[in-house]
Amino acid sequence: MKISEQWLREWVNPALATEDLAHQITMAGLEVDAIEPVAGAFRGVVVAEIISAEAHPDADKLRVCQVNAGDETVQIVCGAPNARAGLKAPLAKVGAVLPGDFKIKKAKLRGLESFGMLCAEQELQLSEASDGLMELPADAPVGSDIRDYLKLDDHLIEIGLTPNRADCLGLRGIAREVGLLNGLEVSQPAIEPVAAVHDDTLPVELKAASHCPRYLGRVIRNVDLSRPSPLWLQEKLRRCGVRSIDAAVDVTNYVLLELGQPMHAFDLDKLQGGIVVRTAEQGESLELLDGQTVELSSDTLVIADHRAPVAMAGIMGGEQTAVAAGTRNLFLEAAFFAPDRLAGKARGYGLHTDSSHRFERGVDFELQRQAMERATALLLAIVGGEPGPIVEALDEASLPARPDVTLRAERIGKLLGFELPGADVERILTGLGLGVSATEGGWVCSVPSWRFDIAIEADLLEELARIYGYNNLPITRIQAGLSMPAREESALSLRFLRRHLAARGYREAITYSFVEPKLQQVFDPDKTPVALANPISADMAVMRTSLLPGLVTAVLRNTNRQQPRVRLFESGLRFVPGAEPGLAHLKQVPTLAMVVTGQRLAESWSAASEAVDFFDLKGDLQSLLGLGRRADAFSFVAGSHPALHPGQTARIHLDGKEVGVMGALHPSVQRELDLNAPLFVCEIDLAAVTDGALPQFSELSRFPEVRRDLAVVVDNSVAAAQLIASVKDAAGEHLTDLRLFDVYAGKGVEPGRKSLALGLVFRDKTRTLEEDDVNQAVSRVVEALQSGYSAELRG
Amino acid sequence: MENLEQLAAEARGKIQAADDSATLEQLRVDYLGKKGQITALLKSLGKLSAEERPAAGAQINVVKQALQELIGQRKQALESAAVEAKLAAETVDVSLPGRGQSTGGIHPVTRTIERIEDFFSSIGFDVVEGPEIEDDYHNFEALNIPAHHPARAMHDTFYVDPTTVLRTHTSPVQVRVMETEQPPLRVICPGRVYRCDSDLTHTPMFHQMEGLLIDEHSSFADLKGLIEEFLRVFFEKELAVRFRPSYFPFTEPSAEVDIQCVNCGGDGCRVCSHTGWIEIMGCGMVHPSVFESSNIDPEKYSGFAFGMGMERLAMLRYGVNDLRLFFDNDLRFLEQF
Repeated sequence: MKISEQWLREWVNPALATEDLAHQITMAGLEVDAIEPVAGAFRGVVVAEIISAEAHPDADKLRVCQVNAGDETVQIVCGAPNARAGLKAPLAKVGAVLPGDFKIKKAKLRGLESFGMLCAEQELQLSEASDGLMELPADAPVGSDIRDYLKLDDHLIEIGLTPNRADCLGLRGIAREVGLLNGLEVSQPAIEPVAAVHDDTLPVELKAASHCPRYLGRVIRNVDLSRPSPLWLQEKLRRCGVRSIDAAVDVTNYVLLELGQPMHAFDLDKLQGGIVVRTAEQGESLELLDGQTVELSSDTLVIADHRAPVAMAGIMGGEQTAVAAGTRNLFLEAAFFAPDRLAGKARGYGLHTDSSHRFERGVDFELQRQAMERATALLLAIVGGEPGPIVEALDEASLPARPDVTLRAERIGKLLGFELPGADVERILTGLGLGVSATEGGWVCSVPSWRFDIAIEADLLEELARIYGYNNLPITRIQAGLSMPAREESALSLRFLRRHLAARGYREAITYSFVEPKLQQVFDPDKTPVALANPISADMAVMRTSLLPGLVTAVLRNTNRQQPRVRLFESGLRFVPGAEPGLAHLKQVPTLAMVVTGQRLAESWSAASEAVDFFDLKGDLQSLLGLGRRADAFSFVAGSHPALHPGQTARIHLDGKEVGVMGALHPSVQRELDLNAPLFVCEIDLAAVTDGALPQFSELSRFPEVRRDLAVVVDNSVAAAQLIASVKDAAGEHLTDLRLFDVYAGKGVEPGRKSLALGLVFRDKTRTLEEDDVNQAVSRVVEALQSGYSAELRG
Repeated sequence: MENLEQLAAEARGKIQAADDSATLEQLRVDYLGKKGQITALLKSLGKLSAEERPAAGAQINVVKQALQELIGQRKQALESAAVEAKLAAETVDVSLPGRGQSTGGIHPVTRTIERIEDFFSSIGFDVVEGPEIEDDYHNFEALNIPAHHPARAMHDTFYVDPTTVLRTHTSPVQVRVMETEQPPLRVICPGRVYRCDSDLTHTPMFHQMEGLLIDEHSSFADLKGLIEEFLRVFFEKELAVRFRPSYFPFTEPSAEVDIQCVNCGGDGCRVCSHTGWIEIMGCGMVHPSVFESSNIDPEKYSGFAFGMGMERLAMLRYGVNDLRLFFDNDLRFLEQF
């Protein structure tokens, strides 16, 4: 909502500077977004009259004008097409300064002297563009300063209204607030009924009263629309951001801005029979004022004549019945359309108008007659004409209900935290237009027709707090019983995991939860991801079922920026669709993912540069899994994944259930993404990592340990983890530690086989182990490996 | 006996000149050993008269002791020189960087969330999270935003289907808490939220933190006190805070909170659009209809809720000037936190 400060001050004029006034209404909940001067900074510009305009002897497009500037007559050479004798226009005299600190000096144009400049609106920053000199009314006093004449020392105040404050979508409402805030009376312009001079009416029939409980119409005959709107009206509209069209449109816009009532003017002669307010019928369409023709759906309210729809009610009028240059007779409309019925309708057609904006939020339903009288009086004054009587169609029962609201004094203390004297309560609520009557322990309030946001006690509390001033309310410290929260010791917190990964050189990334469908498919071709109906762009169209596409993209972005070594992790939800569509079947799984590429360590004097491999990432992951004290419960099983290297992919199992995956990016995917170096990725359900185990003490042995080393040769296909598990089984209870300290293939080992070197540590808690105990255990191990894995002992 | 003086002088000279322990040992043998020259002098005492003997013996013993001491001193000096030489050879350039993995870091948004969680959990708020793909009921209806409510237009909602949305705020989590828990309640709900908007100052995904307190006697004054205190501890300085009436369908009264611009101290700058104030969060007393949809008695309980944008707080706290950097994941950006 844009308003002119001067206009507001015509209604109520507090002794406050512009900034202070803006601050005051901002703090009352009408947030001022901008304050701008209504004209550029200039001086030395006066009203002047062109006495004569002759063609320049040496230039086709220039005119030589003799101009009466009041105290003198000066010669001005001017290029404007509308420079003509008799025209009154702004003149920047020699010595004037125009916006942009542009000083006007005497000049010679094609040999003829010019003592100043006749101005267009644009040159005074009164409008964005103009096509010729600004044309001032014939009665403009020659010689007077244009700033005084046009009252240009004014500001446009732009207020960002919240949707509940429909009552302030007109100057009247804002003035009411300002009056109350400053304890000033508001001087409303007198609106007197305009007597009808003939009996012509158009019948109005309400067929959809729940959509439109009240409809007022009036015929005005014999208007002269060739008469322009007066300057004061045009200026007020301009300052509120509305362009002047013709007097009929200007007047309805003026009433909209002033009172907040959207109106419409039809060309009476283009209406047939009468007005019917009804919902659209199947197949009806309407050509709108903006030139587009829309197919009307049956839940759309229309204003129709006896033939067809002529306006989309409360949204936009129709082109066919619009007021045009030759219009002689008008039919004015002022109606109330129910906000809940109109809500969303304009948007459904891709429309948003000043009218729909107001009706959707709520227009004062007792305002229509006043608005009609106001518009009539203004019109008659400008374009003449003969008004008929107002016809009103009303379904009282369908008007919004305004039940009384009870306010209990004790609730003020309880909810606002302070005692507001009863007199202040009454002053504030009365000032807002509520009817207030005191009862025992509080008040009963009637709610005015312009407030659509006051229905319960809390609404009244807000009004009290708002007008009293939020900043004047006290400040207290919350009080609550102290209690110790339960904290499960075995559960790891995500923030602990993040610190751990950071200490291992990972940086946390946050990637978008929506990803490019194609990349998503590379990582998870079997699932149909949740797709957005209205994605912001094609590359953010589906919800990720894995954190990896986003992280891989982040890696790529960095490697493309000369950062070849990248270690990232992310935690967040992945969205796994269920077997059936719908939210109930969708799983939103907290997940942790890590990616590494480039060198193992940052380039350094102390280490040779080596590329990361599978086991770097696995080591980092295992260090994380170890934090929960149940590293042994996890197993890494060779597996496959559509985006990963077939020989370097592990499915991560926890107690036999799959909880994640890790591996090297498939070389073909790597190539497709234009990644230069191998990338290793892992992704695991967060719960698997955070569910830890409590420590459980086990007695320390006082007896020495015995170590035996074994090297066995087995087929390449044997998984080390499996072999180790067999060793543990076979070795028996004395085995306390088992280390795999070498894996070798090559010279001395036949092709297709590998040598594994194991360090077995034995110990007993109650005695020193005998040589024999250990020998027996080792024999069992060797036997088990020979029979289970065709292992050979290596010399 | 001139002989003794001369011998002693010669021995002292050689001992001082010895520059390794082997030479020193040889000198000890040569002078003080069984066949050493001083030992020989002692042995020759027998040739002297009984009167001369004690004095001569004493003289020789003095010299012998002195030489022994001197050898000891020299030996110690040589040993410590050897240790020093060894240490000198082992000197490293301590200014060289250490070995091993470099340190990573936490995303500034997470850092901000964690800090705020700490403040609130220290006074008894629980941290709760909720789903990001949300139903229309929890995101809108239960928060007093029915279909076609003008407030919906402000939300730029991403839809999955007509009744399923990406949550536009973290407020649905407070609904979920109220559905399952009984007051008194003190929770904060951080997380990702989504709005269909993308330009210089908007990203389609960002993070919010919702706070909710419900008790038998909590008031707008409590809300003001809590928010002011939070902003002070968050920015670690005294700063002016103001509460402006605003509108959220799920709170009543509702307020926007502005802080004095942390960049210019309120004088007006680019960060605060030359107003001196920065809008930092929204808050208000829980609307009775929100209580009713959660079956909490608004006569018995009252409460307040607040919501704030994490990126905005992180930008102000760390001086980040471009919102989009948070999701670009450029290492040069991440390394700064």
